[in-house]
Amino acid sequence: MIAFLIQTLRIAVPYLFAAAGGIVSERAGVIALTLEGFMLTGAFCAALGSYYSGSPWVGIITGVIGGMVAALLHALATIRYRADQVVVGIAMNLLAVGVTRFFLRLAFDSSSNSPRIPGFGVSDVQSGVFSSLANPLVWLGIITMAAVAWLLYRTPFGLRVRAAGEKPEAALSVGVPVKRVRWLAVVVSGACASMAGAYLALDQHQFTDGMTAGRGFIALAAVIFGKWDPKRVTIACVLFAAAETMQIRLQSLQLVPSQFVEMIPYVLTIVALAGVVGRAAQPAALGKAVD
Amino acid sequence: MTNPAVQTVEAERRERWRARIEESILPPLVALLIAAVVGDILIIIFGQSPGEVFRQLLEGTWGNAYGFGQVIYKATTLTFTGLAVAIGIRAGLFNIGAESQLASGGFLAALVGLWLPAGTPAVIAILLCMVAAGAGGGVVGAIPGALKARFGASEVIVTIMLNFVVLALLNYIVAAHIHVAETLHTPEMHVGSVPRLTAVSALFAGSAANATFLLAIAAAVAVWWYLFRTRPGYELRAVGLQPDAAEYGGVHVGAVWARTMILSGALAGLGGLNYVLGYKHYYEEGFGTGSGFLGIAVALVGRNHPVGVIIAALLFATLSQGGLAVNALVPKQMVDVLTAVVIIAVATSVPEVRRALANARRARGTGNREPETTVNPGPSSQFPVPGSQP
Repeated sequence: MIAFLIQTLRIAVPYLFAAAGGIVSERAGVIALTLEGFMLTGAFCAALGSYYSGSPWVGIITGVIGGMVAALLHALATIRYRADQVVVGIAMNLLAVGVTRFFLRLAFDSSSNSPRIPGFGVSDVQSGVFSSLANPLVWLGIITMAAVAWLLYRTPFGLRVRAAGEKPEAALSVGVPVKRVRWLAVVVSGACASMAGAYLALDQHQFTDGMTAGRGFIALAAVIFGKWDPKRVTIACVLFAAAETMQIRLQSLQLVPSQFVEMIPYVLTIVALAGVVGRAAQPAALGKAVD
Repeated sequence: MTNPAVQTVEAERRERWRARIEESILPPLVALLIAAVVGDILIIIFGQSPGEVFRQLLEGTWGNAYGFGQVIYKATTLTFTGLAVAIGIRAGLFNIGAESQLASGGFLAALVGLWLPAGTPAVIAILLCMVAAGAGGGVVGAIPGALKARFGASEVIVTIMLNFVVLALLNYIVAAHIHVAETLHTPEMHVGSVPRLTAVSALFAGSAANATFLLAIAAAVAVWWYLFRTRPGYELRAVGLQPDAAEYGGVHVGAVWARTMILSGALAGLGGLNYVLGYKHYYEEGFGTGSGFLGIAVALVGRNHPVGVIIAALLFATLSQGGLAVNALVPKQMVDVLTAVVIIAVATSVPEVRRALANARRARGTGNREPETTVNPGPSSQFPVPGSQP
């Protein structure tokens, strides 16, 4: 049972990081389709930093820098130049895939994975269950989500973020620099999501091509399913992770085909959007550019 | 016949055409220029000569028969997904589900080809496969369409989430029930294959190009006809431009959304025929990976016009095939980067170019009209805002 909980936690960590970023970005009015791309960029940059410096801590820093640079590009296109957030968001994900592959070949001369890098986790799965608690990023993930909740509801910046996402015109009229707030929110989301990527790379001791494998979208699903509220989003993340853990543990029993377990987050999100279990109301100005 | 009023009208019309052309051509050109610069930088980072790489890229695509055929083959799929995305954007909808609609269309077509007895006349078999492909994509498109019309659920999120659901479902069906042992594909179909072009003309030397490309052109013509010459097409564009005004004008906006998503899905689904009927004659997992997302790029660069879509499809097919041709010099992943850069650049330059053109016109003193309202090659909600409609 404890092993089950720990494994769930381990799977939930990247969701927590990325979803925390997603909440900040979406509450500020910028659609978080880019989480996947930020994660992948973060994972790759973390692998680079960790490999060349020999320290996973440096990897975290380079990973976060990478994610923030990607986020700056996204902010530049969507906020400064008012390009459509969906279009640019999808392109950012393609860009992350392309750029990481390109530089994977340039840096490590491989089209599939990096060499082994210094990391935190123990790659052996059995003994890794408990030792993963020694991974500082696990705790950081939990703290990040709590910090986002505090930021949103207990700080002036959080109030501005929410204003920028709900009623940007009203915020502007009382002097909130909506554009700057959105810039900051997007960069914060880039930093959070890239930590999720860094966690994956440092936990598995290498970067593999496309290693985020849709986790950014599961995080986005958690944000929507959790109605943009940190507490509920946390529950959604843990729920999705628990389903995955269950599937891994029961694999040998063949109770439910793994594909159906994979679908759970996405189906739940669609159901939530359709309003079957209480209408999921998104931030009113989500996706709208401001002048 | 020197009626000054007629002259003014004529001049105005010419001016409007010019503005229209400028606005639709300039952003893609700017984007391609930016992409070329980024491409040069990447090539130089990799220690190669840009001139040499671009020369080989052209030679490996338009320069030889096989490469040319492959470009046609890839452009065929991209035309379908590009049209699917474009027709959605015309109605103010963002279909990001072309990826799974394509797969499900291809899957149903392969199933029909498998179920039909071996002696079925080719015409009937192909027609049935087409219907199946359209239905396969249409059903997947209908879900976000209905949810949008009924609940106002963002079609962007629903189509993204559906991609995962549908692909996982197809994966399950194929893996658990009908795959050929040791592979990820269904058995070969008995009937319904369409001829490869290489059988007709040596021009296509062994490439995968096949008669489906005729269907792609027909689809483009049909979409043009539908959009610009029919009443539902007019309603569709009206909804894309201004849903509230369309509603006020008596258009049932929700119905148009639902209808458009079904059409869009069906178009993407038909794209599956290219691989299934024309190339491999079975459904294989992941056969269209990336084509749905590339369709977004195709629609954007093609400015959501069927003719533009075909041209853009050829362009991205060239890039994609060209990436393989230069893989020895630079990683083919460079093409993914360039594609993303093109999308970002087009999306960014559309509002910028519009503004710059308006300024230039004002400076010339000819543009005392509101440029945004008079010239409009695509919907003003060129990129619709998800969730902004009730």
